[in-house]
Amino acid sequence: MDQIFELLAITLGAILANNFIFSQFLGICPFLGVSKKVDTAVGMGIAVTFVMGLASAITWAVNQFILVPFDLGYMQTVAFILVIAALVQFIEMFLQKSMPSLYTALGVYLPLITTNCAVLGVALLNMQNNYNFIESVVYGITGGLGFLLAIVLFASIRERLVFADYPKNWEGFPIALVTAGLMALAFMGFSGLKIW
Amino acid sequence: MMNVIYAILVLGILGAVFGLVLAVASKIFEVKKDPREEAVLSHLAGANCGGCGFPGCAGCAAAIVAGDAPVNACAPAGAENAAAIAEIMGQAAPTGERQVAFVRCNGGVNAKKRFEYRGVQDCISATKVAAGPLDCAFGCLGFGSCVNACQFGAMSIGPNGSAVVDPDKCTNCGACMTACPRHLITSVPASKKVHVACANQDKGKAAMSVCANSCIGCGLCQKECKKDAIHVVNGVAVIDYEKCVGCKLCTKVCPRDAILPAATAEEKEKYKAIKKAQAEKAAAAKKAAEEAAAASAQ
Repeated sequence: MDQIFELLAITLGAILANNFIFSQFLGICPFLGVSKKVDTAVGMGIAVTFVMGLASAITWAVNQFILVPFDLGYMQTVAFILVIAALVQFIEMFLQKSMPSLYTALGVYLPLITTNCAVLGVALLNMQNNYNFIESVVYGITGGLGFLLAIVLFASIRERLVFADYPKNWEGFPIALVTAGLMALAFMGFSGLKIW
Repeated sequence: MMNVIYAILVLGILGAVFGLVLAVASKIFEVKKDPREEAVLSHLAGANCGGCGFPGCAGCAAAIVAGDAPVNACAPAGAENAAAIAEIMGQAAPTGERQVAFVRCNGGVNAKKRFEYRGVQDCISATKVAAGPLDCAFGCLGFGSCVNACQFGAMSIGPNGSAVVDPDKCTNCGACMTACPRHLITSVPASKKVHVACANQDKGKAAMSVCANSCIGCGLCQKECKKDAIHVVNGVAVIDYEKCVGCKLCTKVCPRDAILPAATAEEKEKYKAIKKAQAEKAAAAKKAAEEAAAASAQ
């Protein structure tokens, strides 16, 4: 029972209270770059969720069975970057062969994820929080879902911004940054959320 | 010291293993891709404008290789690249000259407005409000949906309030044509300079009352054309670009300035005077011929 509550707490925290984008400020580059249209934002969000879940599992295993036995905890960052880069490459090849439709849907976004700091962030946070395997995977997937939620909400707002009447020199990026800031403020409202 | 060696060894082995796995995976998961696809892709515009109707340039390249799209499917790439793609695909290079977009409306401020539209500055939104602010059901609204759709900066709202195309920048990708809710934008040959800038199909009186620059289908241009290149079809003049030689006679007789480039009043007067002189001369010649005939009969 405790375990379930623990997982629920991780889920809520990853999606709302400690949202990767709005309260941890990880993965900002794709968040700002791929959020002009809701369609592409959904594609990017799903791709990130997918990779974050898988990366959490693999990096947990790498940490547990390779880094810890050799007492190389301080090499985590380097090792994880290596793991994530290789993983994304592998996923791309695998999808292209076995699921061409999913590959064409995610295709453009997959290589971009290699440089997404949210993926590296989730791997490092898993270790920092001493999560076990299941907790790591749950944190990875729900963290990805939090990213998906954030980027889809943001893209929806940006689509509507076209119709807003704001000063000309705020057009494009400035107004997007202001929007992101206001959304982060709104998400701060979740920080008091406690499950028990 | 041992720490450093361990670190180098472990990470080195880790990297090597990943490299090996990826190398093996690339063989296992190899997808046979047509090498022509990449070659074709390198000759496309690379703007991902979507004008061809395929998802991005890669999609267009795949369609061309699969034979689902013609070799000149990418309009922005131009004839040169189309020829290169044709060579890759083993086909003859397509002929046909460069086409550019043209807005078939010259109304702008000369078109009568039924009400002042203050909503979202977008043509599609504007047409949703009581069928748009213009009296003319065919005219350019001038809110610039086509300007926003253009990836190449070729569209702008002209000085008189209707959209105009910069033919030098236009790649004929077709994005503006789909963006225009009134379907006013068509492709015309880039070398032709005379165009009918009106799409109003209403009867003469109705067309005349809604806009100062509308084509009323009077047919003066049709009568004037020496090459049989302009005809009134469905109440609006249409130029046959295969026959048009660009003499601009039609622009000089158009009473509504609906044919571009519009002739100035001075040019029109001059042309009228020339015509009058010609008519007088012809009449005089006819009269002389008649008199001569009458004289010889006697």
